[in-house]
Amino acid sequence: MNAQQQSSAPVFDVNRIRQDFPILDQEVNGHPLVYLDNAASTQKPNAVIDAIASYYRRDNANVHRGVHALSDRATQAFEQARETVSQFINSPSSRQLIWTSGTTASINLVAYSWARNTLGKGDRILVSWLEHHADIVPWQMISAQCGAEVIPIPVETSGDIDLDALAGLLDERVKLVAVGHVSNALGTVNPVSQICTMAKKAGAKVLIDGAQAVAHWPVDVQALGCDFYAFSAHKLFGPTGMGALWGREELLESMPPFLGGGEMIDQVSFSGTTFNTLPFKFEAGTPNIAGAVGFAAAINYVQSIDREGAALHEEHLLNLSVQRGADMPALRRVGAPRHAAGIFSFLIDGTHPSDVGMLLDQQGIAVRTGHHCAQPLMEHFELPGTVRASYSIYNTVDDVDRLFAGLEKALRLLS
Amino acid sequence: MSNSTNPFGYTIKAEDVIETLGFFDDWEDRYKYIIDLGKELPAMPEDLHTQERLIRGCQSKVWIDSSVENERLQFTMDSDAFIVKGLIAVVLAAYNNASAKDILDFNIDEYFQQLDLMQHLSPTRGNGLQAMVARIQDIARNAV
Repeated sequence: MNAQQQSSAPVFDVNRIRQDFPILDQEVNGHPLVYLDNAASTQKPNAVIDAIASYYRRDNANVHRGVHALSDRATQAFEQARETVSQFINSPSSRQLIWTSGTTASINLVAYSWARNTLGKGDRILVSWLEHHADIVPWQMISAQCGAEVIPIPVETSGDIDLDALAGLLDERVKLVAVGHVSNALGTVNPVSQICTMAKKAGAKVLIDGAQAVAHWPVDVQALGCDFYAFSAHKLFGPTGMGALWGREELLESMPPFLGGGEMIDQVSFSGTTFNTLPFKFEAGTPNIAGAVGFAAAINYVQSIDREGAALHEEHLLNLSVQRGADMPALRRVGAPRHAAGIFSFLIDGTHPSDVGMLLDQQGIAVRTGHHCAQPLMEHFELPGTVRASYSIYNTVDDVDRLFAGLEKALRLLS
Repeated sequence: MSNSTNPFGYTIKAEDVIETLGFFDDWEDRYKYIIDLGKELPAMPEDLHTQERLIRGCQSKVWIDSSVENERLQFTMDSDAFIVKGLIAVVLAAYNNASAKDILDFNIDEYFQQLDLMQHLSPTRGNGLQAMVARIQDIARNAV
């Protein structure tokens, strides 16, 4: 970027953004809240809170089977939400967008409906050492049933997936590669498009755990070339308990239903039941209608802001943290991925992450401490866990200052 | 094993902790005191850091070993985190060198409330206070 472009580029107005998030305006333990646990869950803008409240105030009814006005409005809002989320990831069709309770449920759906019925003895599933437990345990559980094997893809000390090692592992036994788009523990942005190309060549399917990616930049499932993409609303300024699975149409068509119940059926009879079409055959029971409405509102909100500016702003906060961290002798950053998204994971020498987390909390600063649901990675790096500060669009340079002042104080108390 | 070097339950008892913590107005002094208490715990030999002695439900590692001397329970506990070691000291001020009956009769919730631990170190958080107390009470029940 040259100087002229730089001066003409609009400045990302973080203070304007902060006004959209009412929860940020509060004190915790006598200090203004600094919320740096965004990788665990993001806060919700008024647009999302209002959309959910308005749905319950005016439109609430069950979907798809009512003959009355409210049911019709609820169904329209629900299916319009599917359209919004589907377009957000550039799905060719909203039939390929299945509502779930979140990324974990999306991955389990693929594990139980596709992998368990397709894989057998001698087949392999590759997952990276970086993965969240949600992208490890379901594969282990179905492997125990179908005889497949879960093999970890090595990770370099930088926290990047070792692509040469992946190439070495990709043989005809590999039927699925399941990797995160962004590591929740280290922030590594994985080269998922390249991984898809490599896996395809070996004849393997690819599932991408997109939980940590969707909040940071636009995702295009067609351009990525993946077979499944799993993500959650709550890490994207939407409600908890809501998520989606995107899949290739022919794959989803070939997969049997996973949960049985209402909504997913065509005809039910004791002589045999037939199932509904996509996407409904995977959506047994009354769905999280308000969740879908809130999910769409979150996406509309994200699309209403300067996303590119927001991404640059987050990158600035991360770079600033890395610089400030390098100036603090006791701080050791964990991983230094070639490309990281919004996550600063570190240790303070001679202290336990939980010590640091508790002392930051006393100063109104919310961070995550522990293994971040990535125990294999922590074991791999021989760490008791890390302290993780994760940034979002509403964090400020002042938040970074508060974090480092808080760390200095914690260090004084602990030494 | 002799606990002569362990001050908790001997020279530092629950009422001493309550009294001292009561002097402090701000959280920094309270934490500093708790962290310093943790430093007074006698070292637990490395070879006692076993899976069986590990207490689950804590973000940091907490180990516990116990013995009975003259019908009083003696605990050796350790953690890899400073604040948690301090909390162990606070808990052992109440429980160490006490009879099983006294341990089971002790009102730990009231103790925590008096320490004002509820506000600053709520037992519901990842500090493992609840898991520690439950394990000590289990040991006491088995010793009755």
